[in-house]
Amino acid sequence: MSFAINKQDDIVVVDVEGQLIVGNRQELKQKVLDELEKGEKKFLIDFSQTGYIDSSGLGVLVSLSKKIREQGGELRLANLNDDLQTLFELTKLDTLFQISDTRERAIESF
Amino acid sequence: MAEPRVALDIEIPSDVSYIDGVVELAAKRCHELHIPPSKCTLNVRVALAEALSNAILRGNGATGKHVRVRAMVSDDALVFEIVDEGPGFDIDAAHQDPTTAENIQREDGRGLFLMHRLMDRVERFRADGNVVRLTLIRE
Repeated sequence: MSFAINKQDDIVVVDVEGQLIVGNRQELKQKVLDELEKGEKKFLIDFSQTGYIDSSGLGVLVSLSKKIREQGGELRLANLNDDLQTLFELTKLDTLFQISDTRERAIESF
Repeated sequence: MAEPRVALDIEIPSDVSYIDGVVELAAKRCHELHIPPSKCTLNVRVALAEALSNAILRGNGATGKHVRVRAMVSDDALVFEIVDEGPGFDIDAAHQDPTTAENIQREDGRGLFLMHRLMDRVERFRADGNVVRLTLIRE
């Protein structure tokens, strides 16, 4: 379970490798907040290498989305597999986030 | 009809870093039982992760305690029992709908909702500790 952060032009791209759960959600939150503090505004979280997300992981995404918006930025998500898409639909978080099928489409959408 | 048999019986320290290992083991057992793949990769993994998280953080609430996880399988169902050493909490009182307009932007409050949505039955009772039982009906 780890998070890889890369810059693509002016977009901070975060890859969630493994799970996003209660045991590691704070690490993701801190990494994104550090980038936000540096002045970054555009964030993309890519879930192509993610297994599952629990409620605390979903909560961190909601929290980050709010904090980024408060700073005038945007958070977008990409590459939810069928299970993750179902999870977002069950919790109606698919209505809260802008979600793209691919990383490329998400980057183009900024 | 065959008697339910134990598919998993392990005890872990009350520490969230152990959750993923137990969840992956349970998902592996689920696949071995030829339960539909998405039930194993989504329903079992997320519901069990929530139950373990509750047991560790809300049930036990302190280090030095343990959580036991048992899985029983029958022709009809896969049943998980998560047992902590805490006093228990009212699983229904804590239940709220996180999808409403007033709740959707909250960071917390989705755990019990997901357990109920992903499992066919969620029960709580006391027996050698505080037990949460998750039942997934086999199709």
